Amino acid sequence: MSTPTAKGLHKPTLVIGIALFALAFITWRDASAMQIRATYGMGADAASYFVALFLAVMGAGHLVAAFRWQDDPGPTDWKAVGWVALGLASLIAALWFGAGFIAGSTLLFVFTARAFGRRAWLADLALGFVLSLGIFLLFNKLLTLSLPMGPLERLF
Amino acid sequence: MESLAFLMQGFGTALDPMNLAFAAIGVLLGTAVGVLPGIGPALTVALLLPITFKLDPGGSLIMFAGIYYGGMYGGSTTAILLNTPGESASVVTALEGNQMARRGRGGPALATAAIGSFVATLIATAGLAFFAPMLVKVAIQFGPWDYFGLMLIAFVTVSATFGSSPLRGLTSLGLGLWLGLVGIDQLTGQTRLAFGVPNLLDGIEVTTLAVGLFALGEALHVASRHLFSDEKPIAIKGSVWMSREDWKRSWKPWLRGTAIGFPIGALPAGGAEIPTFLSYTTERKLAAKPEEFGQGAIEGVAGPESANNASAAGTLVPLLTLGLPTSATAAVMLAGFQQYNLQPGPLLFVQHPDLVWGLVASLFIANVMLLILNLPLVGLWVRLLKIPLPWLYAGILVFACMGTIAANPSVVELMMLVAFGVLGFLMRRYDYPIAPVVVGLILGPMADSALRRSLQMSLGDPMILLQHPGSAIMIAIAAIALVAPFAFKGLARFRQDED
Repeated sequence: MSTPTAKGLHKPTLVIGIALFALAFITWRDASAMQIRATYGMGADAASYFVALFLAVMGAGHLVAAFRWQDDPGPTDWKAVGWVALGLASLIAALWFGAGFIAGSTLLFVFTARAFGRRAWLADLALGFVLSLGIFLLFNKLLTLSLPMGPLERLF
Repeated sequence: MESLAFLMQGFGTALDPMNLAFAAIGVLLGTAVGVLPGIGPALTVALLLPITFKLDPGGSLIMFAGIYYGGMYGGSTTAILLNTPGESASVVTALEGNQMARRGRGGPALATAAIGSFVATLIATAGLAFFAPMLVKVAIQFGPWDYFGLMLIAFVTVSATFGSSPLRGLTSLGLGLWLGLVGIDQLTGQTRLAFGVPNLLDGIEVTTLAVGLFALGEALHVASRHLFSDEKPIAIKGSVWMSREDWKRSWKPWLRGTAIGFPIGALPAGGAEIPTFLSYTTERKLAAKPEEFGQGAIEGVAGPESANNASAAGTLVPLLTLGLPTSATAAVMLAGFQQYNLQPGPLLFVQHPDLVWGLVASLFIANVMLLILNLPLVGLWVRLLKIPLPWLYAGILVFACMGTIAANPSVVELMMLVAFGVLGFLMRRYDYPIAPVVVGLILGPMADSALRRSLQMSLGDPMILLQHPGSAIMIAIAAIALVAPFAFKGLARFRQDED
């Protein structure tokens, strides 16, 4: 822990502190709108007030720490993070529009592999498809779990 | 000695072919995830929860325990050969173990880790079988105020006492408590923080949170970093067997590691990482050749590896007897019990003795299986490290998302999973511990209802918490543990265990 330097504020810590205050405020608002009261002792709102207070104290701690912490998270490959995010978004979209589990998770597989540096799109597409199909057959048929269906899944 | 009789019955349950198969699957999976860097036992159990909830509870729980134990064994392999600990409890093992491997003594390092793990697990599991019934006798008289005190201790120790920074640990806990508020309150029916979203009325699913934070968070984190790190495993050279001198130098550290690991694991202080650090420093002080430390001293592998396995068994003591999870894996295992409507705690020993003792007995069996898997077959596991990272993580993500939507087929649940994944990524990036979030989500509502039931019984008088000596002492301990890290900066050296 060093003394405050001329560099000043540690931005991520400041942002987290403000976010904690926002969360505390939302929780407080939610608690004060509660209607049901307990006969004895604490009601359901007491825990909310406590958590709101706790988060606010943590937020205050972060505002103080923003002047003291200097650590840098290090180099970040945002492109890779973006690829994974695209993969997850494709799965959500596939389920949203009813394209089914196999299509969605094949895309997730391909984009995640791309995030980790693979460029063999066709091979990964095939592997992801086989994997997803295998999971679908195993879990839908054998363990009778219901994975989301799409046009492809209805063939089985 | 009635626990011995129960244990014998337990072996009857555990030797059932189905249960043996579950134990075998558990230890295989556990060793695999222990070996693979970046996937821990907590994540694996969380991934399996949605898939197993239609299976037999006894068998699934035996499998989960096998994963926990296997993860502790497997982690050492990666630590020694790759210098990348497979799970956080093996960080210390990497210090000496990797040096040994670099000097062509990888074989003996793996052997002392495996045999030490076996000895430690054997003793610690016996300790679990011996102490758990005693603790149950005490715990059965606990009132809600005592449970509230216990949970306070767990909150503070899991998040504040041993984290890299108490502020970050407590913030993680606060997030977990906040997530625990969401949904309909069980005592009054009041809705909290649901914002009119129907999926939120039942509260946040522990598995969704755990899978999001651990699986998606880790994958995003590794993706953001993998360009900047590259480690190749070291081939095992020479004999796997230990020389007479290795045995002589190893057996005392094994026992000392066990003696350190088991009690600390059993305390609500939680985590396997603290005992491994303590064991390492103890061995360095007691070593005949302290100058070897840092150059590949076998004591530095034998002690910490025993300590982390003993602490895994120790963690099961509060989990089974009090329903108190003190590590992330234990927290996820608690969720595993709850999905079968089983509530770990003193009553579990009374209501389901066959299940509890079958579980304990199968731990002994799993331990023997693990020794075989990790000593003669260690070469097979090393090959796992050759799976290309892109496929490994792509597979993990597909499996993680599949588990969540299979348990809860809705796009909203999947979006929550992704949101938790982003949260887990940001927390890793800015060095916030993950385990307190999971513990907060599980224990928060339990602490809330314990406190409110206490206050109902005292007609609203909060002094009830201090009038009972048990809860008064526990609240005092929690208060001290909260203040201690701010008073003694030295404690901050010990980092929070994630597994």
